[in-house]
Amino acid sequence: MVSIHRTDISMTGNLMRSNSQCIIVIKELTKDYYNIRAVDHISFCIRKGEIFGFLGPNGAGKTTTVRMLVGLTRITFGEAFICGYDVVRDYRRVRELIGVVPDASNMYSDLTCMENLIFSAKMYRIPRNKRRNKAEELLKFFGLWKYRNTKFKYLSKGLKRRLTIAASLVHDPKVLFLDEPTTGLDVMGRRALWKKLLILRDNGITIFLTTHNVHEAFQLSDRVAIINKGKIVAIGSPSELQRKFSVREVLEISFYPNDIGPSDLYNFVDGAIRVNRKNDHLEIILQDEIRVLKGLLEFAKKTNHSITMIRLRGADAEDLFIRIIGEENA
Amino acid sequence: MKPGTISWGLLFPIAFTLAFMVRRGGLTPWLAPGMVSLSIFFGSTSMSAMSIVFERRIGSFERLLLYPASYTCVALGKTLSSFFMGILSSLPVLALIFIILKNSIVINPVLLVIALITTTFLSSSFGVLMSFLVKDPSQVMVVFNLIRFPMMFLSDILIPASSMPQALIPIMLLQPLTYITELLRYSITSYYDLVPPTISLIVTIVSSLILIITTGYIIEKQRP
Repeated sequence: MVSIHRTDISMTGNLMRSNSQCIIVIKELTKDYYNIRAVDHISFCIRKGEIFGFLGPNGAGKTTTVRMLVGLTRITFGEAFICGYDVVRDYRRVRELIGVVPDASNMYSDLTCMENLIFSAKMYRIPRNKRRNKAEELLKFFGLWKYRNTKFKYLSKGLKRRLTIAASLVHDPKVLFLDEPTTGLDVMGRRALWKKLLILRDNGITIFLTTHNVHEAFQLSDRVAIINKGKIVAIGSPSELQRKFSVREVLEISFYPNDIGPSDLYNFVDGAIRVNRKNDHLEIILQDEIRVLKGLLEFAKKTNHSITMIRLRGADAEDLFIRIIGEENA
Repeated sequence: MKPGTISWGLLFPIAFTLAFMVRRGGLTPWLAPGMVSLSIFFGSTSMSAMSIVFERRIGSFERLLLYPASYTCVALGKTLSSFFMGILSSLPVLALIFIILKNSIVINPVLLVIALITTTFLSSSFGVLMSFLVKDPSQVMVVFNLIRFPMMFLSDILIPASSMPQALIPIMLLQPLTYITELLRYSITSYYDLVPPTISLIVTIVSSLILIITTGYIIEKQRP
């Protein structure tokens, strides 16, 4: 098996030196929980007005990074700036400039949608005469107008998510942090939310989007950083990443009898990046297709299995992600 | 309002006061201010206990930390919400006292208002601080009562300082409920047991400020 671990932060360094449009600058940010390093000296910058996807498997350090940036978690080492303000020293100023949507919707359950937004507006010191208008505008934008008098606790998961995002926009922030915003939403809810995020981006809001959904990150983001075990392993636009870490093809194969697992093939397919089981067949992410095909034929002959289906297809974003983060996390 | 707040913050002080009313000897002018301080103390601390510990558990407290306010300001805001509950729970007890003892107490109305405000504020800030030391909502009342009941018996709510063993006097003077009770006692009966009202007032105000600043510091340091 070939496992690829590439650290590609050179782009980050160049960007930080060359681009004065950075709205978020992160330098050597590190977080230790006792003796566990959750985030390990990460550095990158986020440009004004972009959707920045922060992608990684569970436990990679995505949420910890966001929590450090917004001041909910203390920074062990390093520094970060939002709109030029130090997130530790100038935390109150930073909070005026950012909106945060945590991974769980955490509005006040006994307040209605309207009351929750007005309360948020109050907390951001929005003048009394503007609070209601702003709340109405956001309720309409997020399709919550007919729920304006419904208590938060009675909303569906998708509506709760929308209200939480609306509340984080009540003060017109420059940067919006979204931590796994579509987790638990159905396809329709997810698509609707994506649409809203693109509109917000077009209105000039910079969006920092953490997700473990590869398709979400690649479809929505102008640039994507991939974090694994607390380290940035790749950063760039989706097309840059696809070029840089190009995965040519994926081989789908099934055997008869259908009792083969990925581990059975390990000794035969050393030209593969990874073997996965997917429903009734195996999926092999290829690096050297000739070696893989030879290996599979040898395997079938030795174990007396017949190949019932074999198909080649192009690699998708998920295959790319698996290739970048490496074997042990996939 | 959570059930714990209603039972411990509202019903318990009223039940306690009623229990003293029906016993032989009834509710005396000396005992009455203690019942007010008990209602303030249990009302405000129950409110902070339930609201803060629950909010921290469900994540809405973190939302509060994301607003552009200092940690001390967050502590002050939480103290104010408990303050209103403390005042609310003291009103039925005060009403009972006025009805029953109207001929045997000498109320200083201005001092009573000042005492109610300052003592409720101290009691609330104490409850808010305590709330950051408990994480599990199911245990919050157990932990709070483990602290509140000894405090109740080690103040002069039920037992006059003159009847207390001398060894316990320094402990009485170290805890806020003594000053709360003494200040209320003077404002309702023009009599104090242990601490002069000026001292009680100063201690009450200074302690409140110290507790709020300490809570702000704890909120900041408790971030992971």
